[in-house]
Amino acid sequence: MNTNIKTIGDLAQREYKWGFISEVEEDRIPKGLNEDIIHLISAKKQEPDFMLEWRMKAYRHWASLEKAQAEPKWANIKYGPIDYQDIVYYSAPRQKPSLKSLEELDPEILRTYEKLGIPIEEQKLLAGVAGVAVDAVFDSVSVATTFKGKLAELGIIFCSFSEAVQKHPDLVRKYLGSVVPYTDNFFASLNAAVFTDGSFVYVPKGVRCPMELSTYFRINAAETGQFERTLIVADEGSYVSYLEGCTAPIRDQNQLHAAVVELIALDNAQIKYSTVQNWYPGDKEGKGGIYNFVTKRGKCLGINSKISWTQVETGSAITWKYPSCILQGENSVGEFYSVALTNNYQQADTGTKMIHIGKNTRSTIITKGISAGHGQNSYRGQVKIMKQATGARNYTQCDSLLIGDKCGAHTFPYIEVRNSTARMEHEASTSKIGDDQLFYLRQRGLKAEDAVSMIVNGFCKRVFRELPMEFAVEAQKLLSVSLEGSVG
Amino acid sequence: MSLLEIKNLHVTVDHHEILKGIDLTVDRGEVHAVMGPNGSGKSTLAQVLARRETYQVTRGEVSYNGKDLLAMKAEEAACEGLFMAFQYPVEIPGISNAYLLRSALNAIRKYRGLEEMDAMDFLPMLREKLKLLDMDEKLMSRSVNESFSGGEKKRNEILQMAILEPKLAILDETDSGLDIDALKTVAQGVNATRNPERGIILVTHYQRLLNYIVPDRVHVLVDGRIMRSGGPELALELEEKGYSSMEAEARSTASV
Repeated sequence: MNTNIKTIGDLAQREYKWGFISEVEEDRIPKGLNEDIIHLISAKKQEPDFMLEWRMKAYRHWASLEKAQAEPKWANIKYGPIDYQDIVYYSAPRQKPSLKSLEELDPEILRTYEKLGIPIEEQKLLAGVAGVAVDAVFDSVSVATTFKGKLAELGIIFCSFSEAVQKHPDLVRKYLGSVVPYTDNFFASLNAAVFTDGSFVYVPKGVRCPMELSTYFRINAAETGQFERTLIVADEGSYVSYLEGCTAPIRDQNQLHAAVVELIALDNAQIKYSTVQNWYPGDKEGKGGIYNFVTKRGKCLGINSKISWTQVETGSAITWKYPSCILQGENSVGEFYSVALTNNYQQADTGTKMIHIGKNTRSTIITKGISAGHGQNSYRGQVKIMKQATGARNYTQCDSLLIGDKCGAHTFPYIEVRNSTARMEHEASTSKIGDDQLFYLRQRGLKAEDAVSMIVNGFCKRVFRELPMEFAVEAQKLLSVSLEGSVG
Repeated sequence: MSLLEIKNLHVTVDHHEILKGIDLTVDRGEVHAVMGPNGSGKSTLAQVLARRETYQVTRGEVSYNGKDLLAMKAEEAACEGLFMAFQYPVEIPGISNAYLLRSALNAIRKYRGLEEMDAMDFLPMLREKLKLLDMDEKLMSRSVNESFSGGEKKRNEILQMAILEPKLAILDETDSGLDIDALKTVAQGVNATRNPERGIILVTHYQRLLNYIVPDRVHVLVDGRIMRSGGPELALELEEKGYSSMEAEARSTASV
């Protein structure tokens, strides 16, 4: 605990420290989006025909949406028009077609991940954060996946999406788009058309994945978008805990990140998905930063299955994301735990959807929104109990904390119940960090910023408890850094 | 050099003068009681000394341990060894009592260039002080002051004082809302922390606390001024006569 206070104190002095740019030779395609580009991406990835066909369908659907100006406008966020022809849709570090070992990886990329504190050399992993296997995605492609061998012994597949398409096409074909179809929404369609990589996980029947699986996303190149896709399938009776982290260099222009994550849990399977999102948030005046427009959804397909989302969203200029659960299997459980922080001119419109289809399905939603500076923070959540979902239950608690008087907190809950046996609970609160609390802590010797950090960390504790241990510590530190400058 | 020297202190809140020229000197090892009726400015004095920013000092000076107290922020004053036990201790949800205690201790140690204390060294010390105040260790893992009873909150303040070992402790109405048993325990805790290096200011409305913590000096604050100062016997006199005679005196002074 004492080191914690120390780092919070140190960190409070810092700016966005992940903002460096790595000098890596890139293989990038021209800007713009058309059918030729889709062909080019698919060819670069040497994909089988079914993938190209799927991409083309997605592209045509997206193009029709774009023509109809159907980019979603309902969220409580403001941004100028995005020129989709002004984005590079594929950028990869130039490297050998297939790496046999990490030694063949561009040392500059290795150094990048080292600087980020993400060890992708297994020896270092073993010495340091044991028990985490990492897939590192650099711009458009996955550059390294660790511990593959050890996981393979248990039949667990953990690899880049590109590799999965090559080596496990049947699994990909069966599940791709089964939770988030390419027609789902504007950004999901765009992703389906142009996605370049991501992670793929398959945990076979009855296997409990012995380590955290983690993907680390890094946007490096300028004027590129990052469009990754993650697909996780937990077969009957299996368990997996997965974590993603993300950072990007400081750049004046906004960059688009439109990812899709699909989770499938079969009978008695459990998936725990944690995110620590720290994309570049833009500067103090709101210039630059990542537009984080992502679609994440899990399907509890089997009986007694469980999907749990935990997110800590501190970065990005704009966050638009609603990790959701479709509770199809009887007795299945969906959970959503979220901390979203907006400081300076950041905007977030985030929440979840819990769709209860099966009998006796249960869901829990706990969200903590923190607004500081000119930040605008919206919780948007939908709980839907379908006609056949007898005995469904939901508990929702959304709390907002305001720091200062120029920020905003908003709550948009949608509750739709079509079965009279449903039990719903909704609690919401909005509070302001009080002068009394601050003075009390300062009178005990804490600096104002440390006092704010402490109050905020206490406010978020219920959510942090859901994170894997070492990431909970990271998340706390991140929150403190992100709050820097929020107290006068 | 005295520990605390207040000279002609004037304080306003929202253009309303609350303290109208306070002079008070506290030496190391002394216990001073500041008594007075409601609204006399007792708590204002305590909070100004603890450097709460909502109060405006319009005149006067305060030297603390040879330094200009009025130039310090609340956290600096705390790190310089000034502690205030709150009349209404604040709740901090989600933060355990033990965590706050150790964070506070380490913030102060860090300020003084000392090494931070780890959990291994901290815990035995905490246990010892808990015993002193007859407090349950379970309270340490609960959120700060959340769902604490009135007595537990006040004892918790004294526990913090015992751990932070201040040079000057200001107890703002620590006796209010305590039953007689809790009052005795709290007093016992305060007495146990009395030492020749430490000054203590007890801000209180009632004399009864002074039955258990015997002060060296008693000051009576009425309408922003110290009307009388004396030994412990002054408190007894007040108990007997009440504040009304002094209030009348204060009114007549003000009208002159």
